[in-house]
Amino acid sequence: MFGDYSLGDLGAIFAMQGFAGLILFSVYLLMALGLAIIFGQMGVINMAHGEFMILGAYVTWMTSNAFQHFVPPLFPGYFFVAMTLAFIASGSLGMLVEWALIRHLYRRPLDTLLATWGLSLILQQAYRSVFGAREVGVELPDWMMGSWQATDAIQIPINGMFVMGLTILITIAVFYILFLSRWGKQVRAVVQNRVMAGAVGINTEKIDRYTFGLGCGIAGIAGSAFTMIGSTGPTAGQLYIVDTFLVVVFGGAASLFGTIASAFTISQTQSTLEFFLSGSMAKVITLLAIVVILMMRPQGLFALKVRK
Amino acid sequence: MITNSRFFNRSELVGLISLVLLLVVILPLTLDIFRLNLVAKYLTYAFVAIGLVLCWGYGGILSLGQGVFFGLGGYAMAMFLKLEASSAANTKIQSTPGIPDFMDWNQLTQLPFFWKPFHSLPFTFLAIVLAPAFFSFIIGAAMFKRRVGGVYFAIITQAIAAILTILIVGQQGYTGGINGITDLRTLLDWDIRTDHAKYVLYFVEVAFLFGAVVVAQFIRLTKLGRILVAMREQEDRVRFSGYSVANFKIFAFCAAAVFAAIGGAMFTLNVGFMSPSFVGIVPSIEMVIYTAVGGRLSIFGAVYGTLLVNFAKTSLSETFPQLWLFGLGALFIAVVLAFPSGLAGIWADNIQPRIDRLFASRGEKSGNGLIADGAPAE
Repeated sequence: MFGDYSLGDLGAIFAMQGFAGLILFSVYLLMALGLAIIFGQMGVINMAHGEFMILGAYVTWMTSNAFQHFVPPLFPGYFFVAMTLAFIASGSLGMLVEWALIRHLYRRPLDTLLATWGLSLILQQAYRSVFGAREVGVELPDWMMGSWQATDAIQIPINGMFVMGLTILITIAVFYILFLSRWGKQVRAVVQNRVMAGAVGINTEKIDRYTFGLGCGIAGIAGSAFTMIGSTGPTAGQLYIVDTFLVVVFGGAASLFGTIASAFTISQTQSTLEFFLSGSMAKVITLLAIVVILMMRPQGLFALKVRK
Repeated sequence: MITNSRFFNRSELVGLISLVLLLVVILPLTLDIFRLNLVAKYLTYAFVAIGLVLCWGYGGILSLGQGVFFGLGGYAMAMFLKLEASSAANTKIQSTPGIPDFMDWNQLTQLPFFWKPFHSLPFTFLAIVLAPAFFSFIIGAAMFKRRVGGVYFAIITQAIAAILTILIVGQQGYTGGINGITDLRTLLDWDIRTDHAKYVLYFVEVAFLFGAVVVAQFIRLTKLGRILVAMREQEDRVRFSGYSVANFKIFAFCAAAVFAAIGGAMFTLNVGFMSPSFVGIVPSIEMVIYTAVGGRLSIFGAVYGTLLVNFAKTSLSETFPQLWLFGLGALFIAVVLAFPSGLAGIWADNIQPRIDRLFASRGEKSGNGLIADGAPAE
């Protein structure tokens, strides 16, 4: 298997494969962060999470088109505007959905699953009707093209590094919001003991709505980042939803550290296996390993004790 | 142990007779063979829906992986039919005669070992029932013994559906890939593609369906069904009373899996092919909505729900293809928010009382022995 490669080549391949894994890790983590907030903290199964992500991607696509047509000089910086808009669009849609749908179903998690699946079908068809069934790709500004030549054999694409940097920033922001801000303290209080949190004067309904909105907003940012490395179609969200749920469950539902660790493990396993096997077998083995581990350790990697 | 003196009480008997009339008399007489074949296709999903009534409605276990078992049954049947269709005489133009055409296209030169037993029909029938039972037993035992349930179970079964689809699509040479197993011709030298065969297969399927209805009704009415309901409502109390909750859950899940597999085998026979698009996440969740629309606590409701959703799907996607997904999505939301007990609930709340009143004037009482139909499971 390794006979044809010299040691240096092999090292370069592993480095580049590892880097491909890191980009996959960033995508998984961005998607999973939003879900970890919604599912992990609130216990709501949002099957439409992928569609919130795609909304962010379409918003980014529209913003990039708008910049290209109306203010070409500012085009290199459009992404930062697009990301903000994606966050706002997905976040507000999330809050609307929470108000119209989710809040009636907090006591029936399995029914939430079915209802949000219905929502995801509606959103998919809406995207198809509005944007067409074809996949759309965003034109990248010049500074994001190309790659950085680390050594002779190792090339690292700049857009991949950008997505990774973004992931790190957003992860830090989520940690800050949840663990250091006053609002995050209220969210955690509601998660740990809803009745008591209400009794000390926290408006639990409002917290629920904003938490759901935040989770969906982060999905929007994930979608925005996703346009940097791939194209967007109406059903692209559905491809990732199972992976994302597995990342969150594998990490331990209520633990953000767990989500990071499991996103890392899963993406590295998958991209390393992809080098040795075909893409589909790598995916099968990775998913199968997760399922088997989850059967033996249902609480996931990092379990947080929560009083129900 | 049957708690009721009658196996079907009167309202259920009315339901049974009207379903028999609809499926055996009205539909075959009014529809042409093409439409009847479509009904046969819909009814294969009704097997899954009946299984889900037991597993989800009564047991409270939502499986989003029923497509896996539907696929196992369907593929087992398709493998047998494909081997019969690829006899050496039929496939003499291939570079390796006697193996299915897709294997030849993928440069396989001999039949893989796991295909060989499917030359025998009894083995195929055994595999249709035992493979999903075995598979669901392993999944169920691993999960329920560790008291994993509810949402986690749903996600993991969904992941299993995803895994199986990727595997089938990826291993083209062994499974036929994304196209599935197509071009099935005969069952023991009896051509299944003729109109006459389609009629026969339709009635065979309806007979099996009523068999499934009776078995499900039996499970529901015995002590077993009561324990399932009790477990769904207050799992801990059942456990404290000394019952092994996990074993009952495993049983319900296995029963649902076997029903789904029989449906899958029927699908292959009636439709004439099997492909991964009936195995994955999307079809598995759609099968849940059939049960939800019919009423997750009603066996007959599941059959009617399946027929209704599929009729709507076919007619809507024929005329307004854009609207169908909106309609299906809205159906998911409406069923969950507004009608948690589905068509059967609407019937029981609005129509049944009137019928009862009609009969009550003759001084009879009906509705004895109905198992608590209370709130739907989580």
